[in-house]
Amino acid sequence: MSSTGLNASGERLLWLIASLLSFLLLWQVVASIANDVRRFPTPAVVMETVSQLAASGALWTNISTTLVRVILAFFFAMLIGSIIGILLGKFPKADRFFDPWLVLFLNLPAIVTITLCFIWGGLTQTAAVTAVALNKIPSAAVTLREGTRALSRDLNEMAQIYKFGWWKTLRHVTIPQLAPYFAGAARTGLALIWKIVLVVEAFGGNGRGVGYQIFIAFQEFDVSTILAYALAFILIVQIIEFAVLQPLVARVNKWRR
Amino acid sequence: MAAVETVNGGQATPVRVRVKRKIFPAVGAREAQLVLSDVAFDVEPQSFVVLTGPSGCGKSTLLNIIAGLDADYEGEIDLGSGRDRMTYIFQSPRLLPWRTVYENIALALPDDDPRLKNIPDMLARVGLTDAANAYPERLSLGMQRRASLARGFILEPDILLMDEPFVSLDDPTAQSLRQLLIELCQRHPTTVIFVTHDRAEAVQLATRILRLAPGKASVVQDASVKLTTAERSDRSRVLAEQNRIFSAA
Repeated sequence: MSSTGLNASGERLLWLIASLLSFLLLWQVVASIANDVRRFPTPAVVMETVSQLAASGALWTNISTTLVRVILAFFFAMLIGSIIGILLGKFPKADRFFDPWLVLFLNLPAIVTITLCFIWGGLTQTAAVTAVALNKIPSAAVTLREGTRALSRDLNEMAQIYKFGWWKTLRHVTIPQLAPYFAGAARTGLALIWKIVLVVEAFGGNGRGVGYQIFIAFQEFDVSTILAYALAFILIVQIIEFAVLQPLVARVNKWRR
Repeated sequence: MAAVETVNGGQATPVRVRVKRKIFPAVGAREAQLVLSDVAFDVEPQSFVVLTGPSGCGKSTLLNIIAGLDADYEGEIDLGSGRDRMTYIFQSPRLLPWRTVYENIALALPDDDPRLKNIPDMLARVGLTDAANAYPERLSLGMQRRASLARGFILEPDILLMDEPFVSLDDPTAQSLRQLLIELCQRHPTTVIFVTHDRAEAVQLATRILRLAPGKASVVQDASVKLTTAERSDRSRVLAEQNRIFSAA
């Protein structure tokens, strides 16, 4: 990377730190004015709760439980949503028939899918993961359908002339064209899924998971614990975003001018 | 012309083109349009046939039919002995932007094909050795066209279809690419069907010119080009031959 690139990323880091520090300051000021440690704790109190939860092991147990659900739901939602989207993009007749279904599911409130999954599936891990995945599948399908419609006919003809066959066409022609759509669906998907997972856990948690802990803390009006779990979870999701998704997007785009 | 043998030692047979009718169906307010009607000709093995005419005369449509990309027509195409080794060089280079120049050429061949080892030689011949690991969009259009020629010729084709492969290039670049095409064809003799609206280019490259006219939707002139290889690089000879052929109509 060039020196200007290093300077630019250094500058970005500086802005990030300044921005976060002012947020903490604002929080501190508002908390001091509110002057109610129970209902509006200061950053220091929340950090204290984080370290207590971490020391007892509760933090990691609950976060890992929730993360497993996030990963499972994300994987199935992306897989099934992509397959549906690609098929609808490829076959206009199927698209015309199923499009109203897609609109139906897109507008189905999350709370309805969640309730129904628990009623039909019981308070199980499968029901929880299904409930989360169902909330993401329609939007992943819509994004990938868009990508499939935009596939280049020119490149397909080229693949046909040079006798690529279906596997080579998929790998070298189709998937690279769909990659930006896939990356877009993945990023919005992760943001949506980790929020919905918490609602699902609060609703049908079986004693573990960040959502369930927040639900318990809500009953005890324990704002400090709620914020502690929220902070820890935001941190982990951001790590996934920076360490996994962004490098993946950069890799996929390295051929661009 | 002496009989040409195929790779397998059999007698090479011509490309037979018989297109009775090709219609563009009506779309919205636009009426259905007869594009090709009773187009019939044979292309002898290892001859260089140019299809020419103004834009909209159906020459690219005809080439797509011959290539098998457009199956919606009445008639019959028989590629003859070259049917298994046909390739098409498109007007836009149609390289995969997410694969390097080398990978684009290698992808034209089956995995483990013995011709893969010819790629470095081919890259040298088209002047792209240094660009082998570059992504196509970082190259000029002229270089992308060279890569596209390399991809076509790495297959050692028996039939080569080309659709205006040198348009929108500046004159010296187009001229150097024509020279490259002539060299590649000399090294690997092949039957060429080449579409262009550029009459000078047609005369410079072709052994035979078929002219299509938009109103007729058919071949209106079938002329042999009487130039030796040496005369083809002489601009005044090319111009004289161009006048002879195109004033006859």
